[in-house]
Amino acid sequence: MILAVASGKGGTGKTTVSVNLARTIGHGVQLLDCDVEEPNAHLFLGGRETGSEIVTIPIPEVDESLCIACGECGRFCRYHAIVTFGSTPLVFSELCHGCGGCAMVCPREAIRETGRRIGVVETRETDGITLIQGRLDIGVAMAPPLIRAVKARLKKETAAILDAPPGTSCPVIAAVRGADFVLLVTEPTPFGLHDLRLAVDMIRELSIPFGVVVNRMGVGDDRVHRFCREQEIPVLLEIPDDRRIAEAYSRGEPIVDALPEYASHFATLLWNIREFRNAGGR
Amino acid sequence: MKVAFTASGNTLDATMDPRFGRAAGFIVYDTDNDTFEVIDNQQIRNSAQGAGIQAAETIVRLGANCLVTGHCGPNAFRALTAAGVRVYTTQAATVADALEAFRAGALSVMNSADVAGHWS
Repeated sequence: MILAVASGKGGTGKTTVSVNLARTIGHGVQLLDCDVEEPNAHLFLGGRETGSEIVTIPIPEVDESLCIACGECGRFCRYHAIVTFGSTPLVFSELCHGCGGCAMVCPREAIRETGRRIGVVETRETDGITLIQGRLDIGVAMAPPLIRAVKARLKKETAAILDAPPGTSCPVIAAVRGADFVLLVTEPTPFGLHDLRLAVDMIRELSIPFGVVVNRMGVGDDRVHRFCREQEIPVLLEIPDDRRIAEAYSRGEPIVDALPEYASHFATLLWNIREFRNAGGR
Repeated sequence: MKVAFTASGNTLDATMDPRFGRAAGFIVYDTDNDTFEVIDNQQIRNSAQGAGIQAAETIVRLGANCLVTGHCGPNAFRALTAAGVRVYTTQAATVADALEAFRAGALSVMNSADVAGHWS
């Protein structure tokens, strides 16, 4: 089972929930840090790096001796990563999404694909938890292929917690697609509610069963809860606005390690998800 | 000869838009018969990536072989150069002023991009 942890708003506690769920499941669980623009789950788990692989995307390389400057490649590319001005095409590799379409439409087979590095996938082992994290290279604006590379290293037979990037755009969709269940982490504030609505719309579009975790209970108001009630969305866990949690976070300690009284919260969350799924909930 | 100007309005009195890829629009002036056409750039300026390249494609499609603008980024400059478009920069306030300076030969040709991508 793949359990994805997402949110509309950033900073609501996705990584906190992900790391603590992984610690709660313990031995054999996989934790995927798909927030490849700023992976941070490793800060809470430590451990040692066991592997690092370079991830590339295919970009076109034009053989000028074969090119007849017909412009088919440029007309095909919606990202304007390859353009022709009545001459051999120009390639703007940082705009290329690596779809391979230009090579397919080229009538002279003048385009071959070559790799462009976008980042790395690092693996770490700590207390039986396998952490797989993507790290996008600085200056690269192409997160989805790296997120897919992280997910490609997932072993289907064991449980996986997937820490998604914030928002509702392409990287988030690349991360949560294929998950069995999504936890949307929010906070009981107007911003939290606003972005939760966006995230709910996105997850419904993807038809993945989901529930909500409300973090920092005690701040803000009750509008998130009212929204969930009206929309018949289960609130599966509430985490109080406890200063000690923030202090543990600042030291890079998972809540369940620093504050054992919260361990049952996360065990209950897992149990709630199981119950919800067993009841055929959506 | 057709000369493209980056303009924030649709007359020659319009102020120059210092951006190229994300300019409000273009005024393409034909110096052979003193006429001009106005092209809106709304769609391209709102694209997340590749505005400069698309704007260069627009300029080339309109048959302009000179461009007068405020600044030009690396991708746009590379595309314009490959297409044989000469790029001139100016601080002129209006398109009319820039046209006058162009005609007087007072503008210098750019040899490289002068700003990074997504500079404004």
